[in-house]
Amino acid sequence: MKKPIIATASLAGCFGCHMSFLDIDERILDLVELVHWGKSPINDIKTFEQDCDIALIEGGCCNDEHIHTLRDFRKHCRILVAVGECAIMGGLPAMRNNIPIQECLEEAYLNSPSTAQANPEQILPNDAELPALLDKVYPCHEIVKMDYFLPGCPPRADLIYGALTALVTGQEAKLPYEVIKFD
Amino acid sequence: MSETIETSSETITLTIDGQEIQAKTGQTILQAACENGIYIPTLCALHADKENGLKSDIAPGTCRICTVRVNGRTMAACTTPVAQDYIVENDTEELNDLRKTIVELLFVEGNHFCPSCEKSGSCDLQALAYRYQMLSPRFRYAFSSREVNAESPKLLFDRNRCILCRRCVLAITTEDGKQLFGFTKRGDKSGIIMDEELVKNISEEQAQQAMHICPVGAIIRKEKGFDTPFGQRKYDHNPIGSETVCTTCNGEKS
Amino acid sequence: MSEHIAAISDIAAKYDNDPNRLLDILIDVQAQERCVTDDVTRQLAQQVGLSWADIHQTVSFYHFLSETPRGEYTIYLNNGPVAIMQGYEEVAAAFSEAAGCSIDSVTEDGRIGLFVTADIGMGDQEIAALINRVVFTCLTPEKARALVKDMQEGLSVQDMARKHREYGDGNNSLPAIHSMVRNNIQKAGPVCLGPYEVGVALRKCATQSPEDILSQIKASKLRGRGGAGFPTAMKWEFCAKAQGPERCVVANADEGEPGTFKDRVLLTERAELLFEGMAICAYAVGATTGSLYLRGEYTYLREYLEQVLEQMRADNLLGKDIAGKAGFDFDIRVQLGAGSYVCGEESALLESAEGKRGEPRNRPPFPAQSGYRAMPTVIDNVETLASAAQIIDKGADWFSNMGTEESTGTKVLSISGDCDRPGIYEVEFGITIGELLDMAGARDPQAVQVGGPSGHCLNADARDTMISFEGCSSAGAIIIIGKQHDLLAIIDNFMEFFTDESCGSCGPCRSGTWMLRNTLRRIRQGQGTREDLTSMRQLSEVMKKTTKCGLGHTAPHPILNTMDNFPHLYEALIPEQSDIRVFDLEASIKAANAAVGRTSASKETREKEEEQL
Repeated sequence: MKKPIIATASLAGCFGCHMSFLDIDERILDLVELVHWGKSPINDIKTFEQDCDIALIEGGCCNDEHIHTLRDFRKHCRILVAVGECAIMGGLPAMRNNIPIQECLEEAYLNSPSTAQANPEQILPNDAELPALLDKVYPCHEIVKMDYFLPGCPPRADLIYGALTALVTGQEAKLPYEVIKFD
Repeated sequence: MSETIETSSETITLTIDGQEIQAKTGQTILQAACENGIYIPTLCALHADKENGLKSDIAPGTCRICTVRVNGRTMAACTTPVAQDYIVENDTEELNDLRKTIVELLFVEGNHFCPSCEKSGSCDLQALAYRYQMLSPRFRYAFSSREVNAESPKLLFDRNRCILCRRCVLAITTEDGKQLFGFTKRGDKSGIIMDEELVKNISEEQAQQAMHICPVGAIIRKEKGFDTPFGQRKYDHNPIGSETVCTTCNGEKS
Repeated sequence: MSEHIAAISDIAAKYDNDPNRLLDILIDVQAQERCVTDDVTRQLAQQVGLSWADIHQTVSFYHFLSETPRGEYTIYLNNGPVAIMQGYEEVAAAFSEAAGCSIDSVTEDGRIGLFVTADIGMGDQEIAALINRVVFTCLTPEKARALVKDMQEGLSVQDMARKHREYGDGNNSLPAIHSMVRNNIQKAGPVCLGPYEVGVALRKCATQSPEDILSQIKASKLRGRGGAGFPTAMKWEFCAKAQGPERCVVANADEGEPGTFKDRVLLTERAELLFEGMAICAYAVGATTGSLYLRGEYTYLREYLEQVLEQMRADNLLGKDIAGKAGFDFDIRVQLGAGSYVCGEESALLESAEGKRGEPRNRPPFPAQSGYRAMPTVIDNVETLASAAQIIDKGADWFSNMGTEESTGTKVLSISGDCDRPGIYEVEFGITIGELLDMAGARDPQAVQVGGPSGHCLNADARDTMISFEGCSSAGAIIIIGKQHDLLAIIDNFMEFFTDESCGSCGPCRSGTWMLRNTLRRIRQGQGTREDLTSMRQLSEVMKKTTKCGLGHTAPHPILNTMDNFPHLYEALIPEQSDIRVFDLEASIKAANAAVGRTSASKETREKEEEQL
């Protein structure tokens, strides 16, 4: 049987979910037996050489690149899994969602104690090569259809492993109560 | 609003989920269930005990999570009195799905950033989401703009996390019965307000009580957040309602 | 300043500093000060013995009470469903432009405040507005501009009204009313608008026993006219049997359902009949206290109603030993509302009448057991009580011979919208929608909204549907919606209405109403998904099963009805099934780009453009 191909991405996240994924420790060797690795920061493959079966998405969408990446994933992957609070509901980055973007930028680059001195020219980053910020941080499922959700900040390694093996083997995931948490 | 409930001593019989139980007339279905070790979820009604400092049970009837079927009709268990031969359905797929939907609505209505909340792990709303296996609400997040009030020397009041249950409105009063908290406006603009003058002088005991009865992390006693380490919090190991006997009654109530 | 404090103090004293009369106090303060400021709230808290938070709760609940000044002239422009069909937008724009302030604000000089309000009960003479409690009807952009000019010149509101339009027909031209409101009685039926002689019913009542009265009401099979159709005799019996030293009768004149205006006309033309009905009910149940809860929008009728009450007292039809019957004591006071739809729900009405937020109570106890100030209380619709009086005068058989088996008697309907003859129709129960449409001269109807937003949205197949409790039951609002209108825009208006009018107390109603509204809006903008349609249905079910009162139970109706009866409207708006959601990327980067001074399009758009080159 052909091994399923797995891809991962981190959007507006902190890579904590990827770290938690690596927390599956030696079980990664079992996983290697089960799957092929496609585009992922873990192996630094940057393009979709072929379509993937399962993609794990960490982080919500806070800039135009995230939107672009997420849409690209949707086009190339059969199953998309929102991994972690940020992918599911925007997470901590979304705490800016009820503050006007102008205020956010001023606080971040002009008025905060660490930048007031360091930014004497009062510059707000505006280089054309920088991703453009969205008006708010969007949960992934508002941009594309997401198939599964793994909550947690980060999701426990056991949850990621359990869910992934269930998806790969087609068996039902039996997860203990302690494994699904929002923090 | 029925705020306190008086009971009499006449005993009657009813069934909840097929289990026959005894109750006293004047009790609500919720109280009867609680005394008989049957879990009905609540976010607003609260049973008086030493820990929460309430003098009598409160039942604002606001959250509707305790909706049960009584002789076929849906009713709120916290405000519906028991009656002889009532047949109550509680732990059914249909009702648990209603409850899950209400939990989802509350999650998208407020701004519930669990990872940064002091109450996480001991929060009743979060615990109900765990119980009903909410992975992601089916509704869109509102990301509504809510104020945080940190003026009081003892209390932090974060409206982002408030679910408007009104426990604080009913329970936290001055000695002469004046409310420290109130309900403001209506509809989608509804909210809880504090009487800043009165809250400024809140006693240590009352501040702790306010934090304790708040089902979420909206009222926090300053300097008391994150007191309990991960792994030891209220709902870290067992789902809400998994106690077989109500921890607050503990069979003490006769 | 001390004068100011004294003035507030006087108002509270007028109501004996009674916290139960808080709503009256606040209404008077608002009328005098154009707002109820925080300082006033603190002063009143002292005076009536409540906390600031407690009074603030009440002030912030009502639409016509405000914490900031609403202008010397406060315009409440009605944005109900019929108004938006008939040119509300243009009139609102004219007011706004001429006055120089946007909706929901006050001009800089504090003279004119421009606000919107839900239906004010003038669906047959839109566009309508209240200016300092005076009703203005049939507004056009030109008239709006003229009114603003009058206000700028400092004319009195009464003078403005007189200049604007002549007094209405019937009692509307009496000095105690002097209003431009027209009755528009298109069809007077035999019961509520039929021949009537003041005092006959009540005198007949006084010669019989309370049990006889109850048995006649029972035999007539009269049911509540507010929409729910509860048997009136049963309600009266519950109250009569309930324990309590005193009992109370309340007439519910808080018709807030958009599209309803029948009680307006009954109060104008048949006030005595209503009050007789209340007294008869009082006699049957043994009540001594009576209250007419009059919606704030109908404040213009208050003076007239007080006058009628005074006359009836003088004629021994109210007060002590009514109609010469020793011990038949009963009197009525008028309680004003202050702008809240949910106060039409009987237990919310009681809370409001007791000076609190108009929130529905947890039940039991029911009002018949413990109602106004814990008294066993009967609360009936204006039309129900008026019908009861006619039944006592003309007999139960006379009444029950009209209508259908389950729905005896007549129904007073308020018909508005796209038709040639909007107005009041008193018809026998059992009439069909088709007959009504023909009677009113409907113009190319797309939909018929029966019973207002909380009722039923019917399509063209519904001509044979019967107006009755066993058929299509309602309080009598019929809004005819022509084919030229965007029906979902009207449904959106309904959902906005519920979102604003939910008391906010019970979670599934508070959050369910705005969630339905928001989801509908997203669908209307072409950003909906099939999952949205499913989730709206699921949510509607949850609201029907879990909410505390009728508002939450019925608020999903506009959505459910249109999904069932007009599915094509939704189908047309849902994008082709796609895993990629509709999302306006360029719009969402606008604000941040503007903040940093960047003009480039998103990366995705730029790449696409490059590809094309």
